[in-house]
Amino acid sequence: MSLIDSVSLPRGLRLPRVDGLIQWIVPLAIIAIWQVASVTGFVPTRVLPAPSDVVLAGWKLLLSGELVRNIWVSFWRASIGFLIGGSIGFAFGLANGLSQLSAKLTDTTLQMVRNVPHLALIPLVILWFGIDESAKLFLVALGVFFPIYLNTLHGIRTVDPQLIEMGRIYGMTDGELFRRVIFPGALPSIFVGIRFALGIMWLTLIVAETIAASSGLGYMAMQAREFMLIDVVVLSILIYALLGKLADSASRMLERLTLSWHPAFQKR
Amino acid sequence: MQTALRTSLPETELASRANFAPHARVLREERPVQTSGLPLSIRGLRKSYGDNEVLRGIDLHIPAGQFVAIVGKSGCGKSTLLRLIAGLEKIDAGTISLGEAVKPEDIRVMFQEPRLLPWASVLSNVEVGLGRDRASSDAHSRAEKALTEVGLTDKRDQWPSVLSGGQKQRVALARALVSRPRVLAFDEPLGALDALTRISMQRLLERVWRDQGFTAILVTHDVAEAVALADRVLVIEEGRIAHDVVVNTARPRERGSAELAGLEGSILSHLLSADDRT
Repeated sequence: MSLIDSVSLPRGLRLPRVDGLIQWIVPLAIIAIWQVASVTGFVPTRVLPAPSDVVLAGWKLLLSGELVRNIWVSFWRASIGFLIGGSIGFAFGLANGLSQLSAKLTDTTLQMVRNVPHLALIPLVILWFGIDESAKLFLVALGVFFPIYLNTLHGIRTVDPQLIEMGRIYGMTDGELFRRVIFPGALPSIFVGIRFALGIMWLTLIVAETIAASSGLGYMAMQAREFMLIDVVVLSILIYALLGKLADSASRMLERLTLSWHPAFQKR
Repeated sequence: MQTALRTSLPETELASRANFAPHARVLREERPVQTSGLPLSIRGLRKSYGDNEVLRGIDLHIPAGQFVAIVGKSGCGKSTLLRLIAGLEKIDAGTISLGEAVKPEDIRVMFQEPRLLPWASVLSNVEVGLGRDRASSDAHSRAEKALTEVGLTDKRDQWPSVLSGGQKQRVALARALVSRPRVLAFDEPLGALDALTRISMQRLLERVWRDQGFTAILVTHDVAEAVALADRVLVIEEGRIAHDVVVNTARPRERGSAELAGLEGSILSHLLSADDRT
């Protein structure tokens, strides 16, 4: 007797796109079990509030406008930091992938910096920027830079040289060669970088907001801890999970759109 | 006999016979009626990679429209010769001349790997072959015509990844043909295909060569393929042309006929005896 048997719908009610719902069975089941455990007192609410309490806390924060404001602030920081770090990483990846001179000049330095955990810079960053916006943006940009740099570089270096030779034989200019051969060839690898970077983006932002901020989701969670509002703490954590999933889905969608030629993304 | 046929029939008569089925064979035995090909003259051609001298003085004249096969053991320099003719490598010494002023679109190469862009549809892969004419308004129709020539019109909007090995190679052929090249160089184009696909591809190559009359240079390790397709087989040994064999058999050639088999046998024994000497 599996769980699926117990929740299966009557034949007439079967949903047409049931495949898309399968992935949500496990998270929903966890929430259901959690609710039952809290209501029966198996898990004390001091340790973990019931999902209903978390929803209630979320509703209250939503009404006061605090939730939306904090999510917006965090979302804004994440996106701007991602854009800055991502574009610099992409630019260096392109330059070092296409030019030997540029690679010789900067790659060693970048590899050294990469090995410093960027969160170790938090004390220094606070000294430099205080708890200003720029501190968070700097950290997010730094965190996002490396996965995008490395994967763009890797993608360009591994473009099939036979295809490049073909492009040259058929008279492609350097610009055409980049647009029609090198960039599309590097794109799958660049997407790997983007998905790694999205994970690092949230991690960095939450840590930075927890340590030094006066707004944002991380700040909201820290404030709630001060006042022992455990439902708000849990709410924040759940929102991280949802935002992370959202970012991942967005990048997957983009991947499917741009890599439809790739055998891995074709409909089976 | 071939030359006799050519002089005895004026071109207009040949063309009218083409529409008359019982006599079609007469025409098909003929070499390309009007060749668009370029003649090729090579003098004292040398090429080394480091200390390794790959080509040690090649002298060769290929008349316009001839189908020449180049055979030899691996490492004998046959692919290097082809890459030099196609302008993919720099010449160390000697000259290669193709007669008149040649445009880059006049010479095309087809490789063992299809080298299709996986992220472009079959049709746009063929359009790549137009070179500088890619942006012209008739690019689409020209590419479609080339696809029709290789029998893949129905695949025009597919991604290359869904095609079979033989189909990919036919797209690569269409891409090479679309600019109406006057010299077409093949570097083991059928080497990676299974036996049956190979034979149908050989027929296709022969057909487009007859239709378009380009000068064809085929590098292959398959002597049977060479004698089945070529007017002339060059055997390369240690960077030199060791044998220059004319294949006079009338077309269409019957695969496995005694005549071709005998020729194949004698070329193979040349190749193998060179092996014994070393």
